[in-house]
Amino acid sequence: MEDIYQRYKGFTGKKVSLMIFLLVILFAVALIALSQGAASVGFKDSFTALFRGSGLAHAIVWKLRLPRIVMAILVGWGLALAGTVFQAILRNPLASPYTLGIASSAGFGAVMAIVFGAGFSNEYLIAGNAFFFALLSSFLILGIAKLKGSTTETMILAGIAIMFLFSSLSSLFQYMGTMEEVHEIVFWFFGSLSKVGWKELGIASVMILLPIPILLKLSWDFNLLAAGDESALALGVNVKRIRMIGVILASLITAGSICFTGVIGFIGLVSPHITRMIIGGDHWFLLPASALVGTVLVLMADTLGRIVWAPQVIPIGIVTSFIGVPFFFYLLMRRKREYW
Amino acid sequence: MLRIHELNFRYKNINALEGVDLQLNKGEILSIVGPNGAGKTTLLKCIVRIVKPEKGTILIDGKDASEMKRLDLARCVGYVPQSSPSKFPITVFDTVLMGRRPYITWKPSKKDLEVVADLLMSMDLEDLALRSFDELSGGEKQKVLLARAFAQGPNYLLFDEPTSNLDLRHQMEVMEMISGMVREKGVAAILAMHDLNLASRFSDRILMLNAGKIFCNGEPLHVMTVENIRSVYGVEVTINLSDCHPYIVPIRQIN
Repeated sequence: MEDIYQRYKGFTGKKVSLMIFLLVILFAVALIALSQGAASVGFKDSFTALFRGSGLAHAIVWKLRLPRIVMAILVGWGLALAGTVFQAILRNPLASPYTLGIASSAGFGAVMAIVFGAGFSNEYLIAGNAFFFALLSSFLILGIAKLKGSTTETMILAGIAIMFLFSSLSSLFQYMGTMEEVHEIVFWFFGSLSKVGWKELGIASVMILLPIPILLKLSWDFNLLAAGDESALALGVNVKRIRMIGVILASLITAGSICFTGVIGFIGLVSPHITRMIIGGDHWFLLPASALVGTVLVLMADTLGRIVWAPQVIPIGIVTSFIGVPFFFYLLMRRKREYW
Repeated sequence: MLRIHELNFRYKNINALEGVDLQLNKGEILSIVGPNGAGKTTLLKCIVRIVKPEKGTILIDGKDASEMKRLDLARCVGYVPQSSPSKFPITVFDTVLMGRRPYITWKPSKKDLEVVADLLMSMDLEDLALRSFDELSGGEKQKVLLARAFAQGPNYLLFDEPTSNLDLRHQMEVMEMISGMVREKGVAAILAMHDLNLASRFSDRILMLNAGKIFCNGEPLHVMTVENIRSVYGVEVTINLSDCHPYIVPIRQIN
């Protein structure tokens, strides 16, 4: 008995080491990211400028680069976390935060704000609309689930319907807009970290960080969902409730992430997927680890976007789309087990 | 004692279960037999509240099952499904650890891990402990699902066709594990069975269901008669005696 117990402890110990390793990588990438940019504030200068009180380097680091880096970390964290939750709830390893139509509905909110100037907040017109409509679509899904049952199939069908609804409405209104408005909309859909300041960061961090303890507490319920609804029910999991809570929290995190930055794709799909291949399906470890992987991916993507075509900045959403290509090729080549 | 009284379950205008009564004492093994669609699986699902019956009461050790919290119910009753989908990677140890969910708040305690380790050892699964569940053979997977149910520490165990899809050796292994569990720990077991001979050999009592209603209920020798099997299954059989258990040999279908 002792032997199995020890082996299991070793097994989980390895997962903890892996997460510490990821944390170290995150710090390294963040430091590198801090030193990159159009202005020639190099590695050593940017690091000391973090702590020294004034000067040009300090201003560049604190006003331009650091908020961007912190937002990249937050968004990567949030999208990866939301993606992990959606994959667990929908029992589909290829689900993403956008499977239930959130990207389309948030985009619709942005279109409303840009074309009609109609929205909920004056200061944050586009962001506020994007957030509101993103959450609206998840409440629609929950409403449908309440009526037709909350199986994974029902939710995915509802999500597809909602996606088509909002993306057709978006297209219609874009058609009615001016060239400048369409231009702005297209750029919103590219996804960008460039317009984010400390105030936006504060708001986004509340929505992304607050659900974390709740999600961790639910990690064993997420584990059990993978065994099938019937087994989960028989083991004491209130499957309906877990799906609802999961959708609400993951949608909140996603909405909070993309309302200021626009739609950033693939992070929510790729992070949990590759993390699961390395660290396994136990959500107690998978949730934080895939969040860490998400932050590293977004930071690297953003840094790449700032270096490759300097002084131009390639919008982050475009860079992350390119991540999808090698990822899916890898999946196609690999395919040795039954699961993805 | 597990007692079921007047259980009714409708599914799309069909009475899947009608007026079912059942009683099970600790230390007993009860097999539910009947043709496909007779309601065996539905009955088990009603007990663990995977589905909700229209009418009837289910009392577990005196408590009404429909009023218990799900987690409390999971501590009393373990359910082993016919199969478990495995789309995600998970080790054998973690699969069995799922059975401790009724006792886990944030993460598994040392006791939970020890219970699982003990179970794996006693069920001869220790070499497979850190292997991936989906890499196992059908027989090994079934043993792991059994271990998961045992890990719940329940007083009552429900098995949905535990031997269908297994080879002869694994069939014997699983039935003997269930028997052993019942004898040693004094728990009670209900098995929904297709195999009439295994059911007769290992059960204390048999409940024969037909079209959602109880056809016959009692000891194997009493229930397994040529007439009963002819009525319920539409098959002509002869019955021999093997070691005091009825042994059913099918002859032909009846038109």
